[in-house]
Amino acid sequence: MLEQHAWETQGDGVIVFPPEQPLALDSGGRIDGLELAYRTFGVLNADRSNAILICHALTLDQHVAGRHPTTGKSGWWSRLVGPGLPLDPARHFIICSNVVGGCMGSTGPSSINPATGTPWGLTFPVITIADMVRAQAMLVSALGIERLFAVVGGSMGGMQVLQWAADYPDRLFAAVCIAAAPRHSAQNIAFHEVGRQAIMADPDWRGGDYGVLGVRPEKGLAVARMAAHITYLSESALQRKFGRELQRDGLSWGFDADFQVESYLRHQGAAFVDRFDANSYLYITRAMDYFDLTTGPEGGLAAAFRGAKNVRFCVFSFTSDWLYPTVESRTIVRALNAAGARASFVEIETDRGHDAFLLDEPVLRDALAGFLEASALAWGRS
Amino acid sequence: MSVASSREDFKEIARLVRPGSRVLDVGCGEGELLELLASEKGVDGRGIEISPEGVSACLSHGLAVMQGDADRDLDFFPAGTFDYVILSQTLQAVQRPRHVLGELLRIGGQAIVTLPNFGHWRVRLDLLTQGRMPVTRALPEPWWATSNIHLCTMGDFTALCDDLDLNIDACAALSEGRPARPTDPRRRLENWRAEAALFVLSRRRNQPVNR
Repeated sequence: MLEQHAWETQGDGVIVFPPEQPLALDSGGRIDGLELAYRTFGVLNADRSNAILICHALTLDQHVAGRHPTTGKSGWWSRLVGPGLPLDPARHFIICSNVVGGCMGSTGPSSINPATGTPWGLTFPVITIADMVRAQAMLVSALGIERLFAVVGGSMGGMQVLQWAADYPDRLFAAVCIAAAPRHSAQNIAFHEVGRQAIMADPDWRGGDYGVLGVRPEKGLAVARMAAHITYLSESALQRKFGRELQRDGLSWGFDADFQVESYLRHQGAAFVDRFDANSYLYITRAMDYFDLTTGPEGGLAAAFRGAKNVRFCVFSFTSDWLYPTVESRTIVRALNAAGARASFVEIETDRGHDAFLLDEPVLRDALAGFLEASALAWGRS
Repeated sequence: MSVASSREDFKEIARLVRPGSRVLDVGCGEGELLELLASEKGVDGRGIEISPEGVSACLSHGLAVMQGDADRDLDFFPAGTFDYVILSQTLQAVQRPRHVLGELLRIGGQAIVTLPNFGHWRVRLDLLTQGRMPVTRALPEPWWATSNIHLCTMGDFTALCDDLDLNIDACAALSEGRPARPTDPRRRLENWRAEAALFVLSRRRNQPVNR
């Protein structure tokens, strides 16, 4: 059990929006009585100018720092969020909420549908990245914050950052988009489809109604995780970590996990099903597949950022990320420049693949710290 | 790349740039020039820098900077984004100098380019007397270590500008530790005298750059 510090426990709760404040959805539907689970760290200052919203990735949650209540591990971004770190509760009021559609306390497919008294399952409406962001904006307003100092996120969190800039450009001063893309590519969609099909092929999925029937499609969800996890690493990182190392002396001449890499992936899959809901995985991967800021009604990614001229952007990519490769970040930066926004771009040299955004990357840490400090000064002057 | 007479070339650039203009510094290092231009001329500056350390330093100084290089990343910007695009001591190190010059004047109204002058008397003397590639103050590395793959003389550069239909709006000779000296780059004597040179370039009226 990790030691708990006062800053880690400052805000931890679920906000329930009244029925007269439904979440309107891109699909045309809406969610009444939306619940969002969130955590905050630090204190909102008197002029409410130090709020930073962190947006989480596909399988992560609001426990960005501090201790995770389910796993007991430290928060997923504890390398960047904490005293003396770039996102510092001593200076910033840090907010992180579980996305709508998630399974860590926010309304999602495993929530109870009040009309039936049973979990929504596949009757839950399909949600989008913009829906997630709209829900976050409601939370931010409810916390009494008109304009965020910064919105920060990696991977799917980075997509939310871009969506924030597109939909609420006047409500953020700075934006940090890490290891993301302006739209899902065919390959991105393809990998997600493999994961979804693995879940749906599990007999315990039961058409999404496993929650009612008291079973869980653990095997399917584990396979989905295993396939996805490969995309978060790089060929050279896998080779360096595992090579062809065996679990035991000699081959089994069968289908046990002979190779360490097999054992590792099986462990990743098994650990994942303890903390994640299969239907949430379907809904959130769908939201990512639907994400595309490049084909707005007025065309082009630059048009999506037209309102964001006054936002200071910092875009990060990693050289070995083949899930959202550097070229995607370059496309974002080019569009930001075309829109007249103030964009910075850093490509970090690493062989650790997409997951580098969660790992100890000193260049990311230092550049993020420098960018946020300079942005805070600039906001103070403006 | 040597940064011959860098402070003097910064001072000269700060003197030339119009107050409040939009400036891109290609190869901006840790952002010294952009900071100078922001404080002295109130410019709205952007930078391109190849090294992650330089990029980090720029970010912590509050500068907008993109990691990249002159050869491939000028297409980050739409046409006419800047009033000035600065390329300091870099053109001789890029793969396609002709293309890069064209790009500078696509995205900027004027380009400010500084170059070591391979026509300087010391370079010529070295080559003449030693028969070896010159190693001088402006070009301090041996031939096998230098990143300068496209060295030229002032005469070569003015000829390229003519070929590309570029106006040379201003030119100054640069020598380490001495103030920049306005000069006529077409005078043969200057091609002997200048250790390095600064050029302010623009397109001939309404002409797209001929690449």
